[in-house]
Parts: sequence; structure tokens; C-alpha cells
Amino acid sequence: MSEALEQRDLRDTALDEVLLESRLARTWHTPPGWVGFFTTVDHKRIAVRYIVTAFAFLLLGGVLALLMRLQLSRPEAGLIGPDLYNQIFTVHGSTMMFLFAVPVMEAVGVLLVPLMLGTRNIAFPRLNAFSYWIYLAGGLVLWVAFVLDVGPDVGWFAYVPLSGPQYSAGKRADIWAQMITFTEIAALAIAVEIVVTVLKQRAPGMSLDRIPLFVWAMFVTSFVVILAMPAVVVASTALILDRLVGTHFFNPAEGGDALLWQHLFWFFGHPEVYIIFLPAVGMISSILPTFVRRPIFGYLPLVLALIGTGILAFGLWVHHMFTTGLPRVGESFFTASSMAIAVPSGVQIFCWLATIWLGRPVWRVPFLYILAFFFTFVLGGLTGVMVASVPLDTQVHDTYFVVAHFHYVLVGGAVFPLLAAVTYWFSKMTGRMMSERLGRWSVALLFIGFNFTFFPMHILGLQGMPRRIYTYQADLPWGGMNLFVSLCSLALAAGFLLFVWNALRSARAGEAAGDNPWGAATLEWATSSPPPPYNFTRIPVVRSANPLWDDGGALPVASGLSVNRRELLITTTAEARPEARETSPRDSAWPFWAAIATTIMLVCSIFTPWAVVWGSIPVAVTLVGWFWPRGTPEDDS
Amino acid sequence: MKPRIVADLSHLPLHGAGSASLTWWGTLAFMLIEGTGFALGVGVYLYLASLAPEWPLGAAAPDPLWGTLITAALVISVVPNMLVSRWAAAHDLRKVRIGLIVMTVLGIVPLVLRVYEFGALNVSWDSNAYGSIVWVLLGLHTTHLITDVADTVVLLAVMFTRHGDNKRRYGDVQDNALYWNFVTLTWLPVYACLYGLARL
Repeated sequence: MSEALEQRDLRDTALDEVLLESRLARTWHTPPGWVGFFTTVDHKRIAVRYIVTAFAFLLLGGVLALLMRLQLSRPEAGLIGPDLYNQIFTVHGSTMMFLFAVPVMEAVGVLLVPLMLGTRNIAFPRLNAFSYWIYLAGGLVLWVAFVLDVGPDVGWFAYVPLSGPQYSAGKRADIWAQMITFTEIAALAIAVEIVVTVLKQRAPGMSLDRIPLFVWAMFVTSFVVILAMPAVVVASTALILDRLVGTHFFNPAEGGDALLWQHLFWFFGHPEVYIIFLPAVGMISSILPTFVRRPIFGYLPLVLALIGTGILAFGLWVHHMFTTGLPRVGESFFTASSMAIAVPSGVQIFCWLATIWLGRPVWRVPFLYILAFFFTFVLGGLTGVMVASVPLDTQVHDTYFVVAHFHYVLVGGAVFPLLAAVTYWFSKMTGRMMSERLGRWSVALLFIGFNFTFFPMHILGLQGMPRRIYTYQADLPWGGMNLFVSLCSLALAAGFLLFVWNALRSARAGEAAGDNPWGAATLEWATSSPPPPYNFTRIPVVRSANPLWDDGGALPVASGLSVNRRELLITTTAEARPEARETSPRDSAWPFWAAIATTIMLVCSIFTPWAVVWGSIPVAVTLVGWFWPRGTPEDDS
Repeated sequence: MKPRIVADLSHLPLHGAGSASLTWWGTLAFMLIEGTGFALGVGVYLYLASLAPEWPLGAAAPDPLWGTLITAALVISVVPNMLVSRWAAAHDLRKVRIGLIVMTVLGIVPLVLRVYEFGALNVSWDSNAYGSIVWVLLGLHTTHLITDVADTVVLLAVMFTRHGDNKRRYGDVQDNALYWNFVTLTWLPVYACLYGLARL
């Protein structure tokens, strides 16, 4: 028997349940300790690591926000000087966008997409490990520089000529530009993994109309990442070249153009908003049915709304440039498209309302976050329609009105759904439930704290208070409102702290969750909490969009996969018919070394262009080490 | 939940070719990323040209000799490239080895020519914005050439080891051939920009 167990092509059909699980665990497990830490390719472990790191950056960015509120709480406060203030708002914005919002959404995708699709690991799991290390390195570059007082000070969109060689001596702007390179590499890697996982690794029977809506959202988001992020890479590379080797992309005196920066940046920057927002709406569409106890209303319009938003996202970028003096006709076009994108958003809102209307709401914490989302996001959407009109935008451009608008959209539209998601899927990360009581307090503090902090900023903006000022004079009529905002921001901060405390405490001592504690319908709930390293003992077979609700007590599964090598199932792109068995790579330290080599190359290239030449050699060596075949069972064909 | 076995996967092949392979789709996705990069580069070229009072800016158009030779070399290389791909599909190890040697040489040829092409641009990257975008477009494509040649060399080495005669490796060779076609294809609009538009 033991000899038979070691056969290279042993199938699951030859084993009973207990033996099968122990063999699969042996094949798929990550070694304990440091070795496992640096070599794991398990999508769940990497995703949790990604999410924890992103929340650490959220807290750091939040501390910077509180520092700004402290400085602005009264006129002419002398706490923070203009130079440090410039660094603080730049690092705050850059951290929240590039180190928190985008990575955390992609990380939730890395965690859930393979589980929801019923597969055993994400496609290209080593690339996934590489992505995390590169992301971490990018975050460290920004924050180490900030601590050393060389943090970027040019705003999170780093407009030229301010960020160009003439007005930003030193390396501060380069740190920003290179941090972009790190985070975009990390995000693009995940986008590729998710696209391929969704196309080829769905459980048999999961045709296009049975894909969970969160997976649809991540799929569309990944295409938006693929088509948008190269623009900011081109922009930041051109900026580094202007600053390092004397190119003239943004120098009008030599045929360059400052607005070229804005076009390239916002061609990425506006889709970026949807890169953050689409996963969030996917979360809502996937969470909501569980808490109203019925399938989602309007699956098809919701999918079309996701795709429509993804396409329209590329037609809006000029609305960030309304005050730059572009031709009127162009501005009118972008006003129209900016208003048009309210249509798919509206479709989604009405589908959700119909779902709630027709269901029986269960007032648990994730549902409360979704209600907080509705209120906050709709307000942000309304001010979005307002600033889409050129005359109004001209009036409030670069004021606190805009600050209020995008915080309503991003915190209301993305952070509330994210907190709902973390609460909802917490058991799939830790095996435990978050405290309901602390959760309710968090929702209340965050909702009230957020609205009282940011709503007055609309009024401050209309009263003419510009953004990015480090102080204001006592005779300006903004003092009282600013003090109110600063005080309320403490409630908002308390809400976040309570959420983090709840998560930390529940991860250690929370109530144990069963496989499916919420009674939900999708496949991630068909396996244990947390799932075993191989996710599913046998690959599930899907017959409806809500498999766990429609299949009664028994889960239909497929058998016949190998157990002594990491093997998963490839299915056809449209109908998800079984097509091939495919192996999934083993653990490896090479992605880590490749990330180290890439980091050295990118950091050194801030200082000399030759770093690209010499630095590419270790990168090439580590990549060869990564891909060189080793005769493992996974290499059999 | 209690499992109920309803399907048998044991008859499925281990590793599928073409669109049944993950790396094939991954290669397509990376081509989409890089293709977007090239499209944006050409977009920047056109944007700067639309603003300039004259184009090329303060320089003669690049001498077309070397760039045209590279175009010819790349277009010709597509034929042996397709043959290598076909041999890989047929799992013909001997021909694949020969084909990869040929493709390595055909990859190095445009790189050598590229050195002369940079010299014939008639403008430096730091002369003006025109020079900057010309050098960046050419540099971007050169990076792709170097990457794919390095990839081909490593693949060639693997094909001479005991790991070579394996369906996965033949798939890698096919994906590598696909990528070389992409490197050739992206060159054509860049060539048209650098040499055609600069002469309009």
C-alpha cells in the first residue's frame, strides 16, 4: 500500500476521504517557519499578507491625515512647517491610493477568486509571491524616504513642472516616480493572474452566467489595470528620464509639454478610481444576497454595468483638466461621458435596492456597512455629477469641495464595502468570526465620524478654502468649521482603530466559524474555514449561479485528479467544460530573490542610468533560477 | 457539505496546448500590457508632433538604412519562427533545437543593426522632445528584443538538457515564438512613425 501511495500518478479515486485529505495536505502544504514564509505560493497566505500590509499602510496614511487635521484645526498653527506639510499630504495621498486602496482590493481578489471559482490555487502563483514582495519594497521605499525627510512633496499626482528637474531638486520626486514603478509592477502581475484564473480555472459547469459577481468585478478590474497602468508607467519613466538624463518630454522650451503629463497621468488616474471602485461593488453584489436571503436581482444588468463602467472609465480623464484651457468641444465631450458613467452606477444601485426590497434583511454588521455605503456613495456620486460640469468645476477646482467629493467616493464607495468584505470573509482568513458587538460600534463611529469630518469640507470648499495649504489666516472665515472637522476626524480614527482591534482580537480569540457561518451561496463556503492548502478536496461541479442554495445538502464534485503532485483543472473559457489537468508550481524562494534583485535595480536607477544595465544581470539570473525546470512531478506531462 | 461525485476527470490530458495552456493566456496578457505601452509611446510621439511648429524638431529625419534593414530582418525571421513553432507542436526535438539556434542568430542580427540605427537617428535624447521620444521608442523596442533573445537562449539551453523533451517545453517554445511575432509586429508602427511620419 505504501508503495502504491508514492506512485507519481496516484489519483484521488484510489483513496478514501481521510487518506485523500492527508495526501493532498502533504502535497500542497507550505513548510512552517521562515522557509515557508519566504517560499510560499499559496494564494490565501499571500493574500492575507497583502491585506495585513495594506491595512498597516492605511493606518500610517491615517496618522498623516490626523497630523494634517491637527495643523489645520486652528488658524496659523505652527505645528507643521510648509515643507513637512507638503511631504505629509503627498505621502498620505500616495499611500492611500498606491499602497492601500489598489493593493487591498487586488489582495481580496487573490484570496477569493480561486475559492469562488472552485480551484486550488491562482494562475502563476510564483508571480503572485513576486508581486507581494515588490509591493512591500515599493511601500518601504516611500516610507523610508519620508522618515529620512526625503519624502516626495509634489502631491500624489506629481504635476510637472513642479516635479520636473527645474523646480524639484534632489531625489524626492524620483522616490515618488519609482514607487509608482514598484506598485504598478505588483498590480499588473495580479491582474494577469486573475484574468487567466477566471478564463481557465473555473469549476466545471461555471459558465459565464454563473460566475459570482465579485469575480466578474475583479475580471473587469484586471482589464482596466492592464490597459490603464502602462500610462502611468510611461509617464513616471518619462519624468525620471527628464530628471536623470536630460530628456525634454515635459520641457516646453525644447518642444515638450507640461499638459502631456496630465494627459498620461489621468488616462491612468481616472480608471484608477474604478480599479478601486469596481471590486467594491463586486463585494456588495456578492455579500448582499446573503443578508437579504435571496439571489441578487438583475444579474445580467449588473454584469453589463461592470463592463460598461470599465469601458467608460477610459473616457473621463479630461474632466480632471477642465481648468487647463483645453478646447470647449473636448470639454463638452468629457462632461457628457462623466455624466454617462452615472448610468451604470445607477443601474447597480437600483438592482441592489430591488434585491433588498424583495428580500428579508438580516441586520448584521456587513449589511450595515453596505447601508453606510449607499448613503455615502450616493452623496459622492451626486457631487461627482456636479463637478462634471465645467463652470462648477472651474469654481471649485483645487478646493476642499473636491477633497470632500473624492473622499466620499473613495471611502464611501470603496472602504465601507471593503470593511464589509473583511468582516464577511474573515472566517476564510482566520477560521473565526469578528465580534458583532464591536463591529456595530465600528460602523456607527465610522459612519458618523466620516460624514461629520468630510461633509463640512464641501462647505469649506464653496467658501473658497484651497486644498494643500499648510495654514490659513485668522481673519478668514474657516476656523470654526476646520476645528469641527478636526474634532470629528478623531471619531473616524477611533472607528478604524476599533475595527483593527476587533480584527486582531477575533483572529486570536473570536468565535470559531463553521464552513458556512452566514449560510451563503457561493463556492468559497463549500470548504472549511480557513480552507486547507489545496482549497477543495475534490473540484466542485457547478449547476447554478447559487450552488450552495440550489444543490440541496450534497455538493456535486468531480474526481480523477492526481494527489502526489499539485494538480488543478483547466476548463474552456465560455462554458467551463473540462479541458485538461494542469500542474501548479511548487513553493520557491526565487520570486523573493527576483524581487530583491528588481528592487536593487529600481532603487539604484534613481541615481544612475547605468543601474538599469548592471542591475538587469542579477534580475535575469534570478528569473532563470525561477523558470529552470527541475524534474519535479509538477513538470511531468 | 457532503460531496457527491458526479464527474470523472481522469481521462483528461495532463497539460493542454495553445488556448488550453495557462502560459499561452499569460503571454497574451503580457502582450496586451506591453502593446498598450507601445501604443502610448506612439501616442506621445503624435501628441508632441501635433504641438511642434516643425517635425522633426531641429534635426534631419533619421537615415532610413539601418531601420529598414532591421525591418527586413524581423519580417524575414517570422518564417523560421513559424517553422520552430510548428516543429514544437509536432514535438520534433532535433528540429526545435536547430530552429532555436537559428532564431537566436536572427535575434542577435537586429540587435547589432540597432547599434548603428541609434547612431543614424541624427538627434540625441537630450537635444529636444523629439529626440527624447525617438530614443525612448527605439529603446523600448530594443528592450523587447534583448528580453526575447535572452529568453530564446535560455530555452535553447533547456532543450539540450534532459528536461527538453517535454510537452511543457514545446509549449514554452511555441509561446516564445508567439512573443517574437509580437516583437516584430510592434516594430512596424514604431518604424512607420520614426521613418515615415518624420518625412511627411
